[in-house]
Amino acid sequence: MSWAPLVLSLEVAALSMLVSLIAGTALAVLLDWKRMPARDFFDAVVCAPLVLPPTVLGYYLLVALGTESAIGRAWESLTGTTIVFSFTGAVIAAAVGSLPLVVRSARVGLEAVDRNLVSAARTLGASPSRVLFTVILPLAAPGIIAGAMLAFARALGDYGITQMVAGQMIHGTETASIHVMNALYGGNEEGARNMALVTTGVGIGMLYAANRFLRRINNRD
Amino acid sequence: MTDLAATIQLSRGEFSLDVVLSCPPGITCVMGPSGSGKSTILGVLAGLTLPDRGRVALGNTVWLDRAKAINVPVHLRRLSYVFQGLALFPHMSALKNVEYGMHDLPRPERADKARALLERVGVAHLAYRRPRTFSGGEAQRVALARALARQPQLLLLDEPFSALDRDLRAQLTKLVRELVPELGVPLVHVTHSIAEARQLADQIVRIERGRIVAAGTPESVLAGVTSLEE
Repeated sequence: MSWAPLVLSLEVAALSMLVSLIAGTALAVLLDWKRMPARDFFDAVVCAPLVLPPTVLGYYLLVALGTESAIGRAWESLTGTTIVFSFTGAVIAAAVGSLPLVVRSARVGLEAVDRNLVSAARTLGASPSRVLFTVILPLAAPGIIAGAMLAFARALGDYGITQMVAGQMIHGTETASIHVMNALYGGNEEGARNMALVTTGVGIGMLYAANRFLRRINNRD
Repeated sequence: MTDLAATIQLSRGEFSLDVVLSCPPGITCVMGPSGSGKSTILGVLAGLTLPDRGRVALGNTVWLDRAKAINVPVHLRRLSYVFQGLALFPHMSALKNVEYGMHDLPRPERADKARALLERVGVAHLAYRRPRTFSGGEAQRVALARALARQPQLLLLDEPFSALDRDLRAQLTKLVRELVPELGVPLVHVTHSIAEARQLADQIVRIERGRIVAAGTPESVLAGVTSLEE
């Protein structure tokens, strides 16, 4: 059995976790800001990937990032490659799917931060950005890290969006979940079963590690 | 001499606050039953609460003047605020808590000064420990050290000793009494303890339902008063 699809899946999951961690935390901070206009609407938009079919999300990404789009063309003139049907496309696809998990989890973490600590930091002369980076984010970290772990697990298991955006049988974008599908339809039942079992093991292992980690953080304080 | 001068008018639903304060350097105790608007006054002075109308000035420095649309952001007002729950940062050691307000000093200087302040309030041994391991009195002392570290021009204390037993309260009241002349700035101390006010105050302001009902020396304001809650 080739490990390449699993390795690719892990790489995609790790990078997309990083993307959704940064973007998701920034969005959560923005959505936590009481005076932001149309807050509930933006919240709904950000969390839409939780409820939309993967094909719909994949369609939007193809339209937005495809070779005909402004972003796709700009990317192509800069790097000489396309976003869609590539490693980058797979990372973006997985990141979009896991973004709401980071946003939700980070918002729970942010809301748990004692407002008095924020006020105290301000009265001690801290500018808004210093308050954010030295008080709010460190105290919200357990929620943000939990979100990142869920994002990794979600990205590892993504099939639909990745298949739409990156999975057109072009060499080098066959992630573990797509490999299972391709192997099965290609008559390689053993290959499908092995990859399914390994993926299951890695996924459950990740969630187990995340639970253990969070328990340790929560017990610390 | 930098006196604090404040006029505050604010209404929130049923509650309304309408006070004029004048606090010279030294301790002004603001006394009153719960819900009388004591903490709101501190919030306005600190810049955490915006009043409907009002002006807050420390000497010639105007922090707030609603008529002229002046509102200096909280972090640019040189004040310290000891919150009722103390609000020590749980993810930082005592030393880091104290250093937090000294951002404008060079780094090596901060640690030395913070250590000296912890020593001054009698908790040098806590420097590298985090707040969750502190006793009530220890946490108060660290919070005081942190407030002093900012070299404030105005010090605000919101019932910081209310959760302590009588002995600790007396010790800390004495400490504050000693520290204030060193600072030479106005200190506004909110409390509903008459004993605390008697020991601490140079001036007492009594408020009820958002209005000042008496102001002056402790002797004149507290003459014949034994309890505020009646």
